[in-house]
Parts: sequence; C-alpha cells; structure tokens
Amino acid sequence: MNLIAIKGVSKRYPNGVNAIQNMNLTIEKGDFVFVIGSTGCGKSTLIKMLYREVKPTKGSINVGGIDVAKLRNSKVYKIRRKIGVVFQDFKLLQKSTVYENVAFALEVLGLPKDEIHRKVLKSLELVGLKHKAKNYPHELSGGEQQRVAIARAIVNGPKLLICDEPTGNLDEKTSMEIMGVIDQVNKLGTTIIMVTHDTKIVEKMQKRTILLDSGRILKDYAKGTYKNEGRKNTK
Amino acid sequence: MKAVRILSRNIRDSFKSVFRNFSLSLASITCITITLVVVAFSIILSYNVNNFTTEIERDVTIVTFLNVDIDDEGRQTVLKEINKLDNIAKVEYESKMTIANEMMESSDVYKNIMSSWTEETSPLQDTYLVKVKDIERISETADQISKIEGVSTLKYGEGMVDKLVSVFDMIRKVSLVAVVALIIVTAFLIANTIKITIFSRRREIDIMRLVGASNINIKIPFVLEGLILGLLGSIIPIIITTYGYVAIYDKMDGQVFSSVIKLVEPTPFVYEISILLVIIGMIVGMFGSWRAVKKYLKI
Ligand SMILES: Nc1ncnc2c1ncn2[C@@H]1O[C@H](COP(=O)(O)OP(=O)(O)O)[C@@H](O)[C@H]1O
Ligand SMILES: [Mg+2]
Repeated sequence: MNLIAIKGVSKRYPNGVNAIQNMNLTIEKGDFVFVIGSTGCGKSTLIKMLYREVKPTKGSINVGGIDVAKLRNSKVYKIRRKIGVVFQDFKLLQKSTVYENVAFALEVLGLPKDEIHRKVLKSLELVGLKHKAKNYPHELSGGEQQRVAIARAIVNGPKLLICDEPTGNLDEKTSMEIMGVIDQVNKLGTTIIMVTHDTKIVEKMQKRTILLDSGRILKDYAKGTYKNEGRKNTK
Repeated sequence: MKAVRILSRNIRDSFKSVFRNFSLSLASITCITITLVVVAFSIILSYNVNNFTTEIERDVTIVTFLNVDIDDEGRQTVLKEINKLDNIAKVEYESKMTIANEMMESSDVYKNIMSSWTEETSPLQDTYLVKVKDIERISETADQISKIEGVSTLKYGEGMVDKLVSVFDMIRKVSLVAVVALIIVTAFLIANTIKITIFSRRREIDIMRLVGASNINIKIPFVLEGLILGLLGSIIPIIITTYGYVAIYDKMDGQVFSSVIKLVEPTPFVYEISILLVIIGMIVGMFGSWRAVKKYLKI
C-alpha cells in the first residue's frame, strides 16, 4: 500500500525558479527511500512539500490519506502530527534538557504528563540516550544531539520520518551510527525518506534510491541496486 | 482536560517570557501604567464634571418677575404661556408676600423694615421659579419667557452657568481624546514588545509548527503575554486611584468651592474604576499582542 502518492507535481518559487517539474512518485508504507542529487536539484523542496512547508504550484500530493497540496494553512498541523522531521542542524532548544526537548513535542499537543513521561523515555531508549535525559544539548556531541532530534521526531509515533541531510554535520563513524538508529526506526514500522549528499552511506545501506536532477527524477534505483556510478559525493 | 493542560502550560510560559525579557516587559508595563493613570484621571474628572453639571442643572432656576400691577388672570396666562415652551421642567409660583415672609424669617433687620408692607405697598414682585430640562438651552428659554406679556424681568446664572457647563463639556472631550490617543500608543508599544518576544522565540515556534501544534495553540502564549503585561500595568494605577481619590475626597470634604459642587462619593466609585482599569489594561495588552501575532507569525 502506498503511503505517499505524488502526481504531476511542479513547484515554481515566486522568484521564478522551477524547483520541481512534473513529478510522479509513489512510496510504499514501511519503505526506506534515499533522495540524492546535486545541490539545488530540488531535494529539500520535494520533502518540504510532503510536510506542507511548501505548497506545490501544480499537482496533487497524498500523504497517509491527507491531500497535502489542498491543505489550508490553519489545518497544516494535521499532517505535521503524522510526520517526524529531522534536519542537519538538529533544531534543539538550547535552554532545555534532552528530556524537555523531546517532551516539548508532546506538551504542545496537550498530552497528559504520565503519558508524556512514558513516551519520552521509550523514545530516548530507542536512540540510546536515556542516560543523558538531564543533560543540555551543548553538553552533547553532534551525533548525540542528532539522536535527540530523532527521538523528538518519533516520540509521537509518526507514520513517516523525513530526514534532510541528517548526517551533513557529522563525521563518517558518527554518521553510520545515526544510520543505524534510523534503520532501527524503520524496522519498527516507520516509513523513512532521507535526503543526503553522502553516496557512501547510500551505497552501504542499499535501499530504494531516487536520483534527482533539475527538479526531475533522473533515476529510481530499486532496493539493493544502487551503485555509485563513478561519481564522487555529489557535494 | 487537554485544553486545560495546554492553557496552564501556556500561562506558565507566558509568565516566564515576561520575566525573561524583563527590561522590555518593564517598558510596556510602564507605558500601560502611565496610560491607565491618565485614563483613571480622565474618568474621575469626567464623572465628577458630569456630577457637577447635573447638580448645577438641578439648582439653576430662572426667576421670572411679573409686572407689579398684574392680576390673577394675568398670572394664569403667563403660567400657561411658560408651560407651552418645550424646555420647561417645573414651574413654581412664589407671591411677593411669601417672599417677604421668607426674608423676614431669615433676619431681624428685614423683619423691622418689611413688617409694615402690605400687598399694595410692597415693592417686591410676584415670581415664577422656572426649572429647565436642558441647561444648554437655558438662554434660549429665558429669552422666550421674557417676551411673554406680563413678565417684567428675568434672573438666572447670567451666562455663568452656560459658560461653566461648556467648560465642563470641553474638559470631558479633551480628556477623551487624550485617553484614546494614549491607548493607541500603548497598543503599539505592546505590539513591539510581543514582536521581539516572537523573534526571540522563533526556533521554539518553528519546532512547535513542525511537531503539529495548532495555530491557535501557537498564538495563545503571546496573546497571554500581552494580557499579563496589561494586568501588571494596571496594579499601580489602581493603587494610585483608590488611595488618591479617597485622600482628595477627604481633604476637600467631598466638595469643590462650595457645597453646590459635590464630588462623587469614593465607594463604590473607586472599585468601579479599578475594575475598569484592569479590563482596559487587559484588552489593550491583548489587542497589541494580537496585532503582533497576526503580523509576525504569518499563520
Ligand atoms: N524559498 C525559496 N525561494 C526561492 N527559491 C528557492 C527557495 N528554496 C529553494 N529555492 C531554489 O529552488 C531550487 C531547489 O532548492 P532545494 O530544494 O533547496 O535544493 P536541494 O535541497 O536539492 O539543494 C534551488 O535552485 C533553490 O535556489
Ligand atoms: Mg537541501
């Protein structure tokens, strides 16, 4: 069954840039998909449309039964509650502890305290950071901070986890650790879409991989078929 | 239950925010304080002036002197003519003998002089004491009465009253304009405070949106913050008003210049003003922050 169905989608920014052009794409429930391509090819625009940070100019986008392209501004929160998002720069609250950062995602939804407590600890355990719950972000390494961000993204049990270059700021070893965590999340049933520059990771993971070029799908590698065809990191 | 949890979290956060940006909050609170002090002053002034006006209005009488040689029939005709005018509230007749008696009672000197006067020899005149409905038209009404056949002369505030009333009216209008202007300025200042709060909490807001907080949920803390600023700003004006007015009232013995012009009694007047100040403070605070939220949150 498809979790995501993108049909005839184009995005033209007000400045005239055609970031995505007439794209068709479906992603199955429980799948793990990489999105790669050179800088400016439209990777971020594509995933931003999924969580309705950006509205497509044309076409329809269905995510988990919600027509995201038609979603009104005041209803955007509905799709956000089904999707977790992780970024390169972690986006943690520096003045809050690890626990508070993760709990924040549930507090703003008005969940009861004991339920928040239970879910936060479970989430922190999954990313292996339960023992640092009382620490502040600046006391953690980059890899640990990204794990907090992942814990926050999945704490409410989203159907989809979107990662925009989650390893962009991390060294190779740490990156692979993060990939391990994301893979673990995927194995527990969450669909993953991950944007990355790092073809080494993509080659190692052997998941479905979509190569973008100038807002179009240049290649769609099925699971286990990706090979870095003589290109270096597309950075 | 969920709404209560979200609200209590928001109230906590809004208080935190007020104290986190304390110097900024203080500027807004000070501005609200100044505005509300002026508002309170204006309200007290307007209320009292209003009170003066009604007191004076109740007191002002057009004393209508009738011709010395007027007879009963003439008096009746004059009364009828006066009652035909539209601004008449009450007419009372006082004969020259009644007036003489009143004067004689009030002093022995008068008694010596007047006791020998009779209906025919008395130099006094019969009068109608006329009260009007609308004090601002008193000169017009007086003019109409003076033209009635059988009326000799009139006596009333002689312009003093109209002048006083129009001065009072002016005071009310000026203070109203000042209050409105100050409220607008304050709302802008609060909007500015909230704007800076919004920018300082950009990251938090972004994350809230990302994890699916609804728009209203994102807006509430800022509107609450404005409300809190308004509440805090109304404390000092309420204290000043309550104690200040009671002190002035006691000092002046509840009247201005003469017993004719009375001040409004402090209770429940000061309580009513206090409630009004709190409400104005909260509304101005919320209005200011609502503007900022609409403009800078873009959601
Ligand atoms: N908010 C925006 N306004 C205008 N142009 C944008 C905006 N965001 C991205 N773009 C442009 O759209 C194209 C695709 O950008 P993006 O999706 O961020 O690419 P990628 O993530 O693959 O590097 C680029 O040319 C970029 O300059
Ligand atoms: Mg990008």
